[in-house]
Amino acid sequence: MTHSANIESGSLSRENVPGGVYITGYSIFRNGAIEKDDHLVWKEASAQHTDDFLVSAYRQMGLSYPKFFKMDNLSKLGLLVSENLLSGTDLKERYKPDEISVVFANASSSLDADQKYFDTIKDIASPALFVYTLPNIVIGEICIKNGFKGENAFFVFDKFEAKFLHQYVQTLMQQNTNKACIFGWLELMGDSYEAALFLLEKDVADKTNPFTLENINKLYS
Amino acid sequence: MPKVFVVADNIYSPLGSTTAENFSELLKGNSGVRRHSRPEIFSEPFFAAIFSQEKNQEFSTGIQNANKYTKFEKLLIHSIKNALSLCDVDIQSASTAIIISTTKGNISLLENEIVTGEMKAQLPLHSSAKAVADYFHNPNLPVTISNACISGISALLTAKRLIETDQYENVIVAGADVISSFIFSGFNSFQAISKQVCKPFDADRSGINLGEAAATIILSKHNKNAYATLDGGSVSNDANHISGPSRTGEELAIAIKKAMQEADAKPDAIDFISGHGTATLYNDEMEAKAINIAGLQQVPVNSLKPYFGHTLGAAGILESVVALSTMKQNTIIPTLGFESIGVPVPVNVPNTITTKNVNKILKIAAGFGGCNAALVFSKN
Repeated sequence: MTHSANIESGSLSRENVPGGVYITGYSIFRNGAIEKDDHLVWKEASAQHTDDFLVSAYRQMGLSYPKFFKMDNLSKLGLLVSENLLSGTDLKERYKPDEISVVFANASSSLDADQKYFDTIKDIASPALFVYTLPNIVIGEICIKNGFKGENAFFVFDKFEAKFLHQYVQTLMQQNTNKACIFGWLELMGDSYEAALFLLEKDVADKTNPFTLENINKLYS
Repeated sequence: MPKVFVVADNIYSPLGSTTAENFSELLKGNSGVRRHSRPEIFSEPFFAAIFSQEKNQEFSTGIQNANKYTKFEKLLIHSIKNALSLCDVDIQSASTAIIISTTKGNISLLENEIVTGEMKAQLPLHSSAKAVADYFHNPNLPVTISNACISGISALLTAKRLIETDQYENVIVAGADVISSFIFSGFNSFQAISKQVCKPFDADRSGINLGEAAATIILSKHNKNAYATLDGGSVSNDANHISGPSRTGEELAIAIKKAMQEADAKPDAIDFISGHGTATLYNDEMEAKAINIAGLQQVPVNSLKPYFGHTLGAAGILESVVALSTMKQNTIIPTLGFESIGVPVPVNVPNTITTKNVNKILKIAAGFGGCNAALVFSKN
């Protein structure tokens, strides 16, 4: 792959040119509500705690993935939001495993799992908890569930830095080897959580939402 | 796209405070891994490459308002300061970005008897990145990458892309982690810690040593003082297991092939591989398989873990710095203590210093979450 071949359509970068990348779906989880592509899928008004919300959402979505119950809350959240985002899509039919990438950011990295692991080490340190004390484990879980083998990155910012992340993912998607990307914000700490994931693809029929900073801010505000 | 140049680097480790000091210790075959009795980290004596208690007292020297910063942040500041002194990149410029690579940052603050509100505010990784950026009066958004043991390579790859797309002219990439009871107990719970100096790729290997260090690489779009270029990089995921590597090595091989394609490098152009080589049974096997799939089994490979331990968020940067010195000096550091090959497919692991022309190098790593990464650097 040469650099010139990286730039297929549209120039990269400074002018924010979409370069043939489109938002083909999005999913937002916050305040007990699950949205997909501008529709409210479900709202759990009564769940006070993140633990309860995540398990209710799992049941409501009709998932059958027993590994879910071994995961920490950040991974549970990421798995649910990505399942909601990807439902009805056929990424694996259209792209090779290493053409699908996952890029997330949040503010608390894995501090929720860190605190829970730390509370156990005075007695017996648990490897099953320790493994979740890294924020990128949720990316691993989503890759395992879906067979994605492309690029991974986990950024940590105090808030959703849409401008930086948009630019970064735009650059990534200009490479020929990246055809689709799950991208977004995945924050969880104690009983506070908020997630907004976008599915990005190139050369698609539905060109309603070009992958621009404006569209990210419009869809997730 | 513009080339991306390497203009300065630093390693701040128990072996030394500059790249030159560290490389000189490596040439002498000296290891930073020692037996420590430090009950605040682990109840029994253990082998690791950590700073001594005396050295821990010295980190404030040369840092203004040092009591505002944690040990983790001071390590980053020292490493960045030294790298800056070796080039003329202006860290206060709007065209210079800072990327911090770490797995656990200030997590040791949890171990205090009383965790104050102030400490809680210092726990998020982005707060350390901001503290470091503010220390140097850098005006830009501080970026933090936390991608397990490939964090350093991810950070370098991110920096490369920021320069290629003209977002910044210079990017300072610094990584660090501090070994505390939190991290040690976790690796110990996996029964992954070696009871001696670790032996990567060896038949006798029995797990890792942990290490603490900071390391910095400064990348630039400008050729001035440049001694290398960063030509290609890639990251992949195993999609197999969150705490065990791929059984085939195919996915690390994907990252290697993509990095080499981007660098326009054929297998016979690679003169040296800086391996991850943690000395766990499965990592080293997986890495050897990936090296074979990529057709690089003849190329000399080393692991620096017997000298520095596994320095986690610093590792990808620290080991790249040593690889850059290897290229500068045409001198390959042997894998300390390596005796007999203990991986199922052939790899070329020298156990003495090798002198040869080194013009192109491959740096590889893998980590929890099934992530793999590769970078290709060339001599400038």
